[in-house]
Amino acid sequence: MKTFQDLFRRYRRPGDFFIALLSFLFAIFLLLNLPTQAPWLPRVQTFAQPAFWPGVAVIAMVIFSFLHLLGAIVSERIPGRLAEVLEWFRALEFALWFMAYVWIVPVLGYLPATIAFTTLLSLRLGYRGWRWMLAAALFGTVVVLVFKGFLHVRIPAGDIYQYLPAGPARTFIMTYL
Amino acid sequence: MAELLSGFHLIATPAVLIALLIGSIGGVIIGAIPGVGAPVAIAILLPATFSMDPLVGLTMLLGIYGSSMYGGSLPAILINTPGTAVNALTTYDGHPMTKRGEALRALGLAYGASFVGGILSILALILLAPVLARIAPMFGSREIFLAALLGIVLVVIAHRGQTFAAGSLAAFGILLATVGLEPVRYTQRFTFGLDFLSSGVDLIVVVLGLFALSQGFFLAAQPDEAPRGERISGNMFKAMTGVFRHKRIASVGSGFGVLMGMIPGVGEFIAQFLTYTYAQKTSKTPELFGKGNPEGLVASESANNAVPAAAMIPLLALGIPGEALTAMMLSVFYVHNVVPGPGLFQNELDFIYALYIAMILLNVVVVIFVGLSSNLLMRIIRIPTRFLGMTILTLGFVGVYSLRNSTTDCAIAAGFGMLGLVLKRQNLPTVPIILGMVLGSIMEVKLRSAMARVRTPLDFVDRPIAAIIATAIVLLIVLHIWGIIRERRAAVPESAHDHDIHNSQEG
Repeated sequence: MKTFQDLFRRYRRPGDFFIALLSFLFAIFLLLNLPTQAPWLPRVQTFAQPAFWPGVAVIAMVIFSFLHLLGAIVSERIPGRLAEVLEWFRALEFALWFMAYVWIVPVLGYLPATIAFTTLLSLRLGYRGWRWMLAAALFGTVVVLVFKGFLHVRIPAGDIYQYLPAGPARTFIMTYL
Repeated sequence: MAELLSGFHLIATPAVLIALLIGSIGGVIIGAIPGVGAPVAIAILLPATFSMDPLVGLTMLLGIYGSSMYGGSLPAILINTPGTAVNALTTYDGHPMTKRGEALRALGLAYGASFVGGILSILALILLAPVLARIAPMFGSREIFLAALLGIVLVVIAHRGQTFAAGSLAAFGILLATVGLEPVRYTQRFTFGLDFLSSGVDLIVVVLGLFALSQGFFLAAQPDEAPRGERISGNMFKAMTGVFRHKRIASVGSGFGVLMGMIPGVGEFIAQFLTYTYAQKTSKTPELFGKGNPEGLVASESANNAVPAAAMIPLLALGIPGEALTAMMLSVFYVHNVVPGPGLFQNELDFIYALYIAMILLNVVVVIFVGLSSNLLMRIIRIPTRFLGMTILTLGFVGVYSLRNSTTDCAIAAGFGMLGLVLKRQNLPTVPIILGMVLGSIMEVKLRSAMARVRTPLDFVDRPIAAIIATAIVLLIVLHIWGIIRERRAAVPESAHDHDIHNSQEG
């Protein structure tokens, strides 16, 4: 049972040191690039300098991430750091699935690509059997119909649609699916 | 009065009413599914609302925002899993009541308290609107700058135990807002010579990555779970009237909700914390809090539902969003070239009233819907979590890709999705990044215009409102440091804390 205090306050998890270190190194990288990436112009007031706000942000990042790192170093170590970092890498697979979906939509078209994505990813996630496949395909179809067919969001027609025989059916598919 | 009537007229169109219906019922369903929540749904729907009339789009998003907490209390009470982050406190007294066989009473109280909180807060704000219309013009550049700074300070110190990480993330958000071609001197900032960074980092892309895609990745990578619950039988509407036995706590909860909602950077959690503490201290049975005390449940649900209406105040009156959801709504205004701020309260009070009337209606629609559909909702929320992850990724794609059909945008969103996943697993908040982005860009513009008339640092705070906000900022920082010192003295061992991942998308 969580205590009342725990409901409002979230405590450190394994991997806190790693994320604090990454964040500090990133802030230092930005600080080193500050002079070249945000110019300080002559004869311009400090507050109107293009580099003023990026400078404030980067310096705040360096200070806060250093204090975070310091806090992580002096705190008691919670076991499980490596396992936690490996979990992050495991999730990277799904970012690749997402990008693969992004790349196939302009080629296959929104509807076929969405059905392929929902069914194949469901299979990968461990959902077997025709019921799950049907549910995934149906979900993909409904998403396409609602967003492209009904709400007319801007998603281009797939390259392969142009190989369909010319006529009203092709126009319909290109516009709504 | 004329503005109020005009407000009625504005919302009495089929498009607004349909948006209201879809938003409110959709919001309850989304809120009831653990792992989705209003931020994910609003992030996904945001680009689709850009083609709508501002009032229609905002009504739909407000519908989701205001109704998701009703839905979120259902799994919190029945299966001890909050549907949205702000229902976490509801599990504390709601679930023990279910275990005692009082599920109907607990749900009725939660819905009733939500309704009372929602309606009282809107009524308070309708009455306050003319006052706000007078105060809002007193906010010049320096006051708006200081109010935005107050928002940043509050969002950092509100994350107790993670202040440094929250500060670093807020600063990262401020930096993100500066990336690209700077509009005054036309210099490139932090573009590293990359063309796609010249136009800056789009807020919606970051929001979709941090809130929607990260949740999709998170759920897909986790072991599968399918919530199971029990059937509810009995008259839900009668159970809802039980809240009238706790009028005092419901009113205090609404009051704290309104106050905390209006202050940028604060929100449901602090409102709930204060109300719950008040309810416990004034209760005849304080020892039963956390063990199924109806007073605790009413405190939690009345406070969180009073926040959405109040959170619209800094957004509409000053153009300053106080938390992630109103920050997302700000982009709806920008897309339609409507600039929220003092002018909106002075010149378009009917628009403001229309939004509040829409919120009253949404509370009525939702309370009828939840009164009739708890068992149906219990069936919907049984979607296994990994399947849900797949659906979020599919919907997240529409959100990002429909913006400008850009693969780069999708890659950036996926990158922020991974960042969001790591932050979520680390119990670190994502909200400071979003508020840093939005408030950072407001602060840059306002500071530049404010400094034109400032000769000495004291000139900056020589107007009453500026002085009050500046004093509040200094006091809050001092009190925060004092609080930390006090806590260090009463330190408890690290192993006594809970190091689980908290199911929260709202920071």
